[in-house]
Amino acid sequence: MSHHIVEARDLEFAYPDGHPALRGVSFRIEHGESVGIVGANGAGKSTLLLHLNGCLLASKGSVRVGDVPVTSATLPAVRRSVGTIFQDPNDQLFMPTVGEDVAFGPVNMGLPAGEVERRVRESLEAVGALELRARPPYRLSGGEKRAAAIAAVLAMSPDVLVMDEPSSGLDPRARRRLIELLAGFRHTKIVASHDLDMIQDLCSRTMVLAEGRIAADGPTMEVLGNLELLARCGLEPPLRAQGCPACGRACRTSLTGLTRRTEG
Amino acid sequence: MPRIDSALRDVGALDALAAGDSPVHRLDPRAKLLATAACIVTVVSFPKHEFAELAPLALFPVAILAAARVPFGLIGRYLLLASPFAVMVGIFNPIFDRAVATHWGPMAVSGGWLSFLSILARFVLTAGAALALLASTGYVNVCAGLGKLGAPRVLVTQFLLLYRYLFILADEGARMVRAHALRSRTGRPAALRVWGSLAGHLLLRAHDRGARLHAAMLARGFDGSLRPLRALSWSRADGAFLAGSLAFFALVRFGHLAERLGRLTLEVLR
Repeated sequence: MSHHIVEARDLEFAYPDGHPALRGVSFRIEHGESVGIVGANGAGKSTLLLHLNGCLLASKGSVRVGDVPVTSATLPAVRRSVGTIFQDPNDQLFMPTVGEDVAFGPVNMGLPAGEVERRVRESLEAVGALELRARPPYRLSGGEKRAAAIAAVLAMSPDVLVMDEPSSGLDPRARRRLIELLAGFRHTKIVASHDLDMIQDLCSRTMVLAEGRIAADGPTMEVLGNLELLARCGLEPPLRAQGCPACGRACRTSLTGLTRRTEG
Repeated sequence: MPRIDSALRDVGALDALAAGDSPVHRLDPRAKLLATAACIVTVVSFPKHEFAELAPLALFPVAILAAARVPFGLIGRYLLLASPFAVMVGIFNPIFDRAVATHWGPMAVSGGWLSFLSILARFVLTAGAALALLASTGYVNVCAGLGKLGAPRVLVTQFLLLYRYLFILADEGARMVRAHALRSRTGRPAALRVWGSLAGHLLLRAHDRGARLHAAMLARGFDGSLRPLRALSWSRADGAFLAGSLAFFALVRFGHLAERLGRLTLEVLR
């Protein structure tokens, strides 16, 4: 199916203060792919993600979602097919109760009440948070907020899921549960994160951003195994590839054996 | 800042009360909203020296609070919190207006004191009625009712978002104050300059938060209006409640209920 692809061509963007955040980014993500976007702070990850749902529009170059170029005229269609999960769930849960928040997207899509109800129930069930339905968002724990935010996006049945740091602020068990949950989704997934272990678990392909450019784009195991590349881009290998914390020796499943240059 | 914390917890307490169930809870928010508005209008429509005539109006909030089983102590605490404003409004009246207006037994009461008391009574009645509305209806339902009654969409949306982000803003403020307290010399209040900087940062953070929130709303198809989920339904009980309340207010305002009750009491005592 061609309409789940996400493509950027020579994407450039500068913030109003003149700071260039993206300096010519090109990639094509196919239907059903799971892609990690990694990079140091300020590398342009969040800016890139905001272009994929049209919250920011390219200064130069173009973004296409499916067959539709992202422009101000196509925003409603783009936003229906791209679901964005933001870094801070507090930014995303703005309705008085979790149930109403999950219903926010479907109601805006103009769906009939019965369908809205069905979607709210199904997406809350999908993230295992049906019992949170009547709770106000500010009373939830971090993990519960994250689950509710994901449900809110799922309720719009997007084709593409875009996530900015989905594991930040979660305790280890909530993080593990999130990874399992996301791994179960069949959407096209784009995940920006500093949590390289999660990227390794979730994404078969990884792009490395550095100073607004793509420094590498390839299979996750190769990219995250390229120590020289990671060091150059201000990153470190995933924790599990960093060897035994007690003796410092590399563990057997370490990625370091896979080192290969994968520059794009 | 802990005071703000606890005040916000009180807001949460009001909401918890509003989630209860009673005949008053089940009334349509619009009926309660209109009755409360009528009560407030009645209170402020009395002339400025009126005090005793206002008394029967207390029945309205008291009846609602009792029927909704809201603890009076909580409402009293709110009134106390807000009372400095009312006191400030009226505190100079006794100084400026010293002409004797009436006698309470052997005591001569000046017009200033009378209007000061009247202001306090009005404050207790209006704020009490509004709190009774909130505690028996809930903020969100009040907003839904406002929207249904034709209040501008933008306003209702603002109210709803204000309520949602009040907690986050207060949290952020509390964190900043705590961070400041941990690095400042103990026992000293912060300098005005520091407070200015704190407030400025809070404003900037709130602005950033607003921008992110707006992005999140747009990403889910927001087009300028929050569509309420709950359908409101007007029943006969709502009509009866509203009509009864209005009749009561009319009786108090035009029928001199307080005076009649007073006379009746005197006759019974005799």
